[in-house]
Amino acid sequence: MRLWWRPSVFTAGVMSSSVCFAQSWNMPVGVTNVSRDIYGLHMTIFWICVVIGVVVFGAMFYSLFRYRHSRGAKAADFHENTKVEILWTVIPVLILVGMAVPATATLKNMYDASDAELDVMVTGQQWRWRYEYLGEDVAFNSSLSTPRSQVTGDEGRGENYLLEVDEPLVLPINRKIRFLMTSDDVIHSWWVPDLAVKQDTIPGFVNENWVRINEPGIYRGQCAELCGIDHGFMPVVVQAMEEEAFDDWLAERKKAAEQEAQGVGREWAMDELMERGESVYASICASCHQPDGQGSPPAFPPLAGNQQLIDDLDWHLDKVINGVSGAAMPAFRNTLNPVEIAAVVTYTQNAWGNDTQEQVQPSSVAEQTDP
Amino acid sequence: MAPRIPLQSPLQHSDTVATAGGVDHHPSQPTGWRRWLLTTNHKEIGTLYLIFSLSMFFVGGIFALVVRAELFQPGLQLVEPEFFNQMTTMHGLIMVFAAVMPAFTGLANWMIPLQIGAPDMALPRLNNFSFWLLPVAFTLLLSTLLMPGGGPNFGWTFYAPLSTTYAPASTTFFILALHIAGISSILGAINIIATILNMRAPGMRLMDMPLFVWTWLITAFLLIAVMPVLAGVITMMLMDINFGTSFFDAGGGGDPVLFQHLFWFFGHPEVYIMILPAFGIVSAIIPTFARKPLFGYASMVYATAAIALLSFLVWAHHMFVVGLPLVAELFFMYSTMLIAVPTGVKVFNWVTTLFRGSISFESPMLFALAFVVLFTIGGFSGLMLAIAPADFQYHDTYFVVAHFHYVLVPGAIFAIMAGVYYWLPKWTGHYPNETLAKWHFWFSVIGVNLTFFPMHFAGLAGMPRRIPDYALQFADFNLVSSIGAFFFGASQLLFVLVIILCVRGGKPAPAKAWEGAVDLEWTVPSPAPLHTFETPPVFRQIEK
Repeated sequence: MRLWWRPSVFTAGVMSSSVCFAQSWNMPVGVTNVSRDIYGLHMTIFWICVVIGVVVFGAMFYSLFRYRHSRGAKAADFHENTKVEILWTVIPVLILVGMAVPATATLKNMYDASDAELDVMVTGQQWRWRYEYLGEDVAFNSSLSTPRSQVTGDEGRGENYLLEVDEPLVLPINRKIRFLMTSDDVIHSWWVPDLAVKQDTIPGFVNENWVRINEPGIYRGQCAELCGIDHGFMPVVVQAMEEEAFDDWLAERKKAAEQEAQGVGREWAMDELMERGESVYASICASCHQPDGQGSPPAFPPLAGNQQLIDDLDWHLDKVINGVSGAAMPAFRNTLNPVEIAAVVTYTQNAWGNDTQEQVQPSSVAEQTDP
Repeated sequence: MAPRIPLQSPLQHSDTVATAGGVDHHPSQPTGWRRWLLTTNHKEIGTLYLIFSLSMFFVGGIFALVVRAELFQPGLQLVEPEFFNQMTTMHGLIMVFAAVMPAFTGLANWMIPLQIGAPDMALPRLNNFSFWLLPVAFTLLLSTLLMPGGGPNFGWTFYAPLSTTYAPASTTFFILALHIAGISSILGAINIIATILNMRAPGMRLMDMPLFVWTWLITAFLLIAVMPVLAGVITMMLMDINFGTSFFDAGGGGDPVLFQHLFWFFGHPEVYIMILPAFGIVSAIIPTFARKPLFGYASMVYATAAIALLSFLVWAHHMFVVGLPLVAELFFMYSTMLIAVPTGVKVFNWVTTLFRGSISFESPMLFALAFVVLFTIGGFSGLMLAIAPADFQYHDTYFVVAHFHYVLVPGAIFAIMAGVYYWLPKWTGHYPNETLAKWHFWFSVIGVNLTFFPMHFAGLAGMPRRIPDYALQFADFNLVSSIGAFFFGASQLLFVLVIILCVRGGKPAPAKAWEGAVDLEWTVPSPAPLHTFETPPVFRQIEK
């Protein structure tokens, strides 16, 4: 049975398509105890359905073959039989009870997020994920890294097409990790099949889920709840590391974050701001306002040649920090740090022929974002 | 368990077949287009509903083909994601509200008065009004595609706040269109209940009614119960969008999940609204072509009622991953699993009806048999989806898309087609061309399975629904699905051809067009005259 579902064997045998990437025909077993339990439930209920199907359709096709009018079959006239009717009500109930017992146990386990060793805040945003290691001062955004040219077909598609990000969520194995999940805009759903975690992120509310990963590796998933234009371009990538490697990684990230915080105080040169701003723009802004700043009106206004933006730097800065109420533009005061905000505003002021020569220093952004 | 109720009897008609048709008493009736605009005749209104539904089936089908064409291979080739989202949304809305629901209402209009021996619907002018609301509603809905910012792009389930704060400007028109369609459904349901409860032939008790009438009676109550909930939830959206309320906005004290609770309290009974009348049609066709009474008439009625009642208690199984408390998850998992019991009773009843029958395979029977098999496959995946822990993996993937298309396409739509082939002789006086109808059947069965079966695999392998582009490991499944979809879509042109040919001519059908048919509609001539049963037939029960 296992072998039949083993993707490569079956796929190679059946599919003769020239681009045969199909790795799996079935739900992944996954790399957590919960995902294994779920896979077990899935296969159990699947085989129950197969058996019932064979019996019911067997009886049906036997009747269709055996009692054909064309073969001169004479119709019987029987109807209603209390015994039979009780039987085919009670037996399904018993099967269902048998199924409900293990399902209930698994569900209870999935809902027990207590005693977690690490808390990670997952925030959905159109159209990226933000990860925050609570209590560790480490936070970053994770967006699709597949280039647009692969989507349009101008360039060959890579192995992890649409399932790759600029910065994956890094997690340790063998530790219980609690996810706290929310959203800044619409409802998203954070899903990694191998971890069997799928949880809606809901603006204004915090959901809870947890995972304990058994094997190191890279696990890929996608946003599962329709969240607007780029719903299909919002992958989740989790990199699970050995515990020691993770601790090293986290320490390094903490150090980098401290350095970044120190950078807020100093004076930044125009070149530095432009360089940093370009990468922030590409990762955060380009999905709506487009890489060339042309936007896609009416929801996403153009930035290139936008007169209001060119004339009024303070207005521009305010929109980036505080967002636009009632519209798609989110507030970035908590998503981006002062350096990033200063850089991306400076970049936008000067890119694509806007050329205002205006620049914003991180220190002045910090004054506006600090409570 | 079931009381021994005598089975539906052959009917004793007060008049001869020839006089049952009566004559037209309205010499001053308008002609031309005004005849159709002003008609209060249940048969003409039924025809209008069916033609409207068929047209919308093709409109919604073209939207689906745009989606399938884009998904034919990875990458974005034909449409932008924005338009793709409008297509998935409009496909769902049109198929649910403009194709499937009006088709069943059309069949109800035609057949319920004929099956209970009534001269017309109880409220003929209201009947005219409820039909003519539909073209208004759906013209408005389709026109949003041409508005600045585009049409609805948030899925047919239109979850807030994507459908409120983040929605295109045309959403207000979408809300108005749904309101109008909802009023039409409610008025239609009132009419059907009034007709069934008041206008049955003398002597016909509730438990003597054909199952199509029974299932529609229960469906009509479901409609009256839940369409106002839909109206409520879209009105709350309207307020959030235009009048500054915050029902679904946490920033103002609202809750986006409240939207989902309200939507699915409407939405789950809604899916049974689309399948219960299908059960009724299949329960008429299988005994006819097995030449043997339905095995458990009473248990079919009770099972239908049980499914309808349970449908109010299972809505949150659409919301297993929104973060419900554990007890709620358990409750909705158990109640959802329970639905398998009455549904199983129905399937067992159909199979047992076939057992020791004398079975022939005319086109209505072929569609009905395919319904039993393929709907049951949809039921199996439904049972899998009910297992809440597993649903954390299935939810919002193509596995769900496969599931609900199996219950709606070879489920609801095959049943409608079975009904059309079954009753066409009564409507037109001619048998449909059996050869073409069989081609239509086999093409449809192959097309439907090619389209939707691979979606199970795509979903299990991890493909989320409603995405315009996908990772490479889903390419093969999508390729097959897209080929299947175009094959299925094209073969529906055969359906139109068969209907047109049947209206224009064909082998003449007698009053009782099918050898094993027993219900009242087969006692009036074929084609059924404009006015039937002006003198009520006497319905006599033959005691066994």
